[in-house]
Amino acid sequence: MSIAPELSTIAVGDELAQITLSFTRADLIAYAYASGDMNPIHRDEETAKAVGLPDVIAHGMLTMGRAIQVVTDWVGDPTQVVDYSVRMTRPVVVPDTEEGVLVTFTGKVAEVNDDHTVRVDLTATFEGQTVLGQARATVRFAK
Amino acid sequence: MAMNQDMIGFAYPASDPYLVTPEAIRTFADAIGDDNPIYRDVEVAVSFGHTNVCAPPTFPIVVTMAAMEKSFHDPKLGMDFTRVVHSDQRFEYQRPIAVGDELVVTTIVEDIKALGNNNMATFRTEVSSGGELVVTGWSKLVVRGDDA
Repeated sequence: MSIAPELSTIAVGDELAQITLSFTRADLIAYAYASGDMNPIHRDEETAKAVGLPDVIAHGMLTMGRAIQVVTDWVGDPTQVVDYSVRMTRPVVVPDTEEGVLVTFTGKVAEVNDDHTVRVDLTATFEGQTVLGQARATVRFAK
Repeated sequence: MAMNQDMIGFAYPASDPYLVTPEAIRTFADAIGDDNPIYRDVEVAVSFGHTNVCAPPTFPIVVTMAAMEKSFHDPKLGMDFTRVVHSDQRFEYQRPIAVGDELVVTTIVEDIKALGNNNMATFRTEVSSGGELVVTGWSKLVVRGDDA
């Protein structure tokens, strides 16, 4: 955890530290059990291909859960996030390899509001293309 | 199959309570790969002003998805749940979810739209503990029509 930033030092356009995380088949199985989402398209190639996907794909909610770490690593206390939304625009395709695939997450301050909140816009990029759209978090700071 | 737009505004009965345990939060935090100590260490959580270990921001999906899935099987809704793609998700937090909360979810059909061969359905999930609203979720799902 980093030292929490002071609201007075935050400005529109500030870039948060980006993170790159690997997604492996083992990660998808762990997330399936933790979340209760046991859809076989997240572990079984045949099922994924039968519904028109190129291969097994990550849960969109796993990508959402990882993207917000850009913000929670920045503020330290994850409960400062008071609103968080994403659109899942493309799947993260996960091959059956030990190293899996890499997804890079970035965040940028889009608004600093009078009510002591800050809006951060997030991106998630996989193989050169974004996989989340309109990803934004509202973060509350102490008055 | 067209979904039944008369169901817009319908609220399904509240789910059975789900007790939030330290293990459930730690397992979820491990699965998303977030090592934040507020998800694991009571002393750290208390030092940040919380009463107990808190849950990651997307943890509520554990209870909201389960609650929504029950409504998917309602024949009145006319939803082909084998063809569902989750397209949008939002959470608005009233307060953090913490160990000891007993989460109850009310699922409301907020919107249904036909778009070409597909249906777009938005479910609002109101998650409360002890009668107090904790977090509201919105899940937009695309139900793909038959491939024509």
